[in-house]
Amino acid sequence: MGGLVGYGAYVPYYRLERTRITGVLGQGGGSGTRSVAAFDEDTTSMAVAAGRAALAGLTGPGGQPGRACVRRLFFATTVPAYADKTNATAVHAALRLPADALAVDMAGAVRSGVGALVTAAASAVPTMAVLADIRTGLPGGADERDGGDGAAAFVFSGADGGAGLPVLAEVIGQGSATAEFLDRWRTPGAAASRVWEERFGEQVYGPLAEAAMADALKQAELTPGQVDHLIVAGLPARAVSRAVRAAGVPAEAVADSHAARIGNAGTAQPGIVLADVLDRAGPGETVLLVVLADGAFALALRTTQALARHRQAQPVAAQIAAGSTALDYATFLSWRGFLDREPPRRPDPDPVAAPPSQRRTSWKFGLVAAKCTRCGTRSLPPDRVCQQCHAVDEMAPEPLADVPATVTTYTVDRLAYTPSPPMLMVVLDFDGGGRMRCQLTDAAEDEVRAGLRVEMTFRRLVSAAGVHNYFWKARPVRPEISREG
Amino acid sequence: MGSHGIRDQVAIVGMGCTAFGEHWDKSTDDLLIESATAAAASAGVALEEIDAFWLGTMGSGVSGLTLSRPLRLAGKPVTRLENMCATGSESLRNACYAVASGAYDCAMAIGVEKLKDSGFSGLVGSALPGAGDDGKGETTAPANFSLLAPAYATKYGVDPAELKDVLTRIAWKNHQNGAKNPRAQFRKEVSRETIAKSPLVAGMLGIFDCSGVSDGSAAAIVVRASDAHRYASRPLYVKALSLVAGPASGLSDPGYDFTTFPEVVASAQDAYAQAGITDPRGELALAEVHDCFTPTELVLMEDLGFAERGQGWKDVLSGRFDLDGDLPVNPDGGLKAFGHPIGASGLRMMFEAWLQLRGEAPEQRAVRTVGEGRSLALTHNLGGGPGECVSFVSVVGTEREA
Repeated sequence: MGGLVGYGAYVPYYRLERTRITGVLGQGGGSGTRSVAAFDEDTTSMAVAAGRAALAGLTGPGGQPGRACVRRLFFATTVPAYADKTNATAVHAALRLPADALAVDMAGAVRSGVGALVTAAASAVPTMAVLADIRTGLPGGADERDGGDGAAAFVFSGADGGAGLPVLAEVIGQGSATAEFLDRWRTPGAAASRVWEERFGEQVYGPLAEAAMADALKQAELTPGQVDHLIVAGLPARAVSRAVRAAGVPAEAVADSHAARIGNAGTAQPGIVLADVLDRAGPGETVLLVVLADGAFALALRTTQALARHRQAQPVAAQIAAGSTALDYATFLSWRGFLDREPPRRPDPDPVAAPPSQRRTSWKFGLVAAKCTRCGTRSLPPDRVCQQCHAVDEMAPEPLADVPATVTTYTVDRLAYTPSPPMLMVVLDFDGGGRMRCQLTDAAEDEVRAGLRVEMTFRRLVSAAGVHNYFWKARPVRPEISREG
Repeated sequence: MGSHGIRDQVAIVGMGCTAFGEHWDKSTDDLLIESATAAAASAGVALEEIDAFWLGTMGSGVSGLTLSRPLRLAGKPVTRLENMCATGSESLRNACYAVASGAYDCAMAIGVEKLKDSGFSGLVGSALPGAGDDGKGETTAPANFSLLAPAYATKYGVDPAELKDVLTRIAWKNHQNGAKNPRAQFRKEVSRETIAKSPLVAGMLGIFDCSGVSDGSAAAIVVRASDAHRYASRPLYVKALSLVAGPASGLSDPGYDFTTFPEVVASAQDAYAQAGITDPRGELALAEVHDCFTPTELVLMEDLGFAERGQGWKDVLSGRFDLDGDLPVNPDGGLKAFGHPIGASGLRMMFEAWLQLRGEAPEQRAVRTVGEGRSLALTHNLGGGPGECVSFVSVVGTEREA
């Protein structure tokens, strides 16, 4: 019997204080903060961040990297960066998954996340489900205030227990209910969702949630009182509250959604909250995950002894705590496309071209440099002729995405084209050798200095002529907050 | 194998240079016609008497037709070439070699750039299809060159505020010189306070630390040295021509520290060897260097051997490179004040050497070193940026020794 073998969540660095909305518009807003994907993030880049976190602690048989065991990738989001073109392929490339691993999108509805999770959990082979979302709405509205951005990734071993990966949590029950009704909808291309009266949804979701929970608990042979962690996720807030009440679990079992601090990340919300529970749960504890979206879905899990040794490196709580509230509302609006700012008097950036991008997929998406097998010098980008010993074609692949680096010098470019000026440009030296010039992100101008420790992060640099340019940037290593338990 | 140069084998016998600036009323053709006819007149030849042409432009036209069409040249070889901001110098270098080889009696090197038709600030890059994964075109030129300043300050223990004074003084000096030059884009002296307080563009560089974006053209007529006096009473003999394209590894080599241009050091050493110069600071009457941004000029003083390593900033502050200093640098105002129409700049530098060494510079900016008997000038032209560049150095003089 297989189960969950790896997980990781990603909460972006920026937070919008809800009072900033009130301060500008004179209404809306509220208390607390919501998470905000930066101008250079999209659901694809956040999926990569969560996927990296899930794979980081995953080691396959014989010490091979866990990424080599993954056979399927399902990417769920309501905000795909591309239509027609698969977005999971970029995630697949950035995670350096095997070429023969299947990668597909499940894009469009909030419920797509359920699809990815169920498919991964039921898969015969090791499978990753990654959920990502960017939630907002028209300025001043509830969706803008209550939404959140983020991603979460889960790797399931496959039904046959695949590849000998240690199981962190077993799937012990499932239940689902599907119903056709207008709760929340958005026509493709629209800037915001629409919702029917919430009391209507509350009434429709009620019995659906109760049925799905009952089915999952029955399969798991659990009573509500035996549930250690209850997570009810979903955008219909009133229906979620009602389902929590109806579940009948002990009050202390109800997991905090952290909506007060990071908002509700829609498709990704069940994943982020589940990751947070897994960050803390002890062995042999039961988790009931319920998702309300166009019906209801419930998944029951039981944690194992192995969980404590294989938690994600950066707990959700630490990521929430590390956020910056320096973001002002005008910048938030411009990042989300609701406020057009005057661009610099510079030409629009050129779109990247398909053939050169394809020729360098492993570098551009995977940050795989080259290392001279004769003298050991790293080449970034991967060259054929060694800059040190001039050997020709004696290079081996050198993955650098997970190698920390130090800023050696930097500048602030106030003239360069960027969606959020000014551009912070750093020259960094990787631990163990290799130099690269790239942008610094998730950092304020006064934070950049020589000697700053940085880690690499996959971002969308710019979009031109409808083409997204994905590449890597550096970001400051934030002080780790020790995990609880 | 070896670099031998063509010392004293060819001479420049005529030059022309347009005013540099925002020529809203002039096209690329207009600028080319102006500098070409001025250079030809200066050498006393008709355009039809010139045997071959080398046209340098980074982006104001492609192919030899860019020159042959406006001049209506018929049956002549015209080569269009590009080597980033060293393009103008590269056209001169190729014309000199062609004459030295014996292939032609008389050649023209001409450079042009029309930057102000783009509607943008600063330089506009070429759009080669790429993968967007190498930083190319991501940052602007001022940002790339701004990396020199903190690196220099850190390495030599110069307080950043003091370094800002050094950079400001370089801009101030070049504006002082440009104010005495009727062809310069900026012909006003600018106070150090105004320079120091100008809005930041990148790093510690303000607007006044950056060269002028302008339109312009310059041209030179090259003949064999033995024929030179048939064209000019005071020809400029070419003593050295050196061009180095670096391995472009500075941005990927942790050993590079952003306080030098190795390509400049290499091209200067090659040029000094060709010209037989052992003490550039004591032998040169003047130098025209590539002051695209103020920290570039500071670093060049050391790379070209005009100052000891780590001491250049003190020499700048002491006025050593001022118009009345021991070694005047950019007496015409440099890229900073004269402006920087890419393809024309290298030949514009040579135009100042042409005027100064031959005693034709206006009195108010004539360097005293020439009067004191020095007869050599250096031009230095750079393309690219710290870590990946091409560098050109020439030495010319009024005395023929060989």
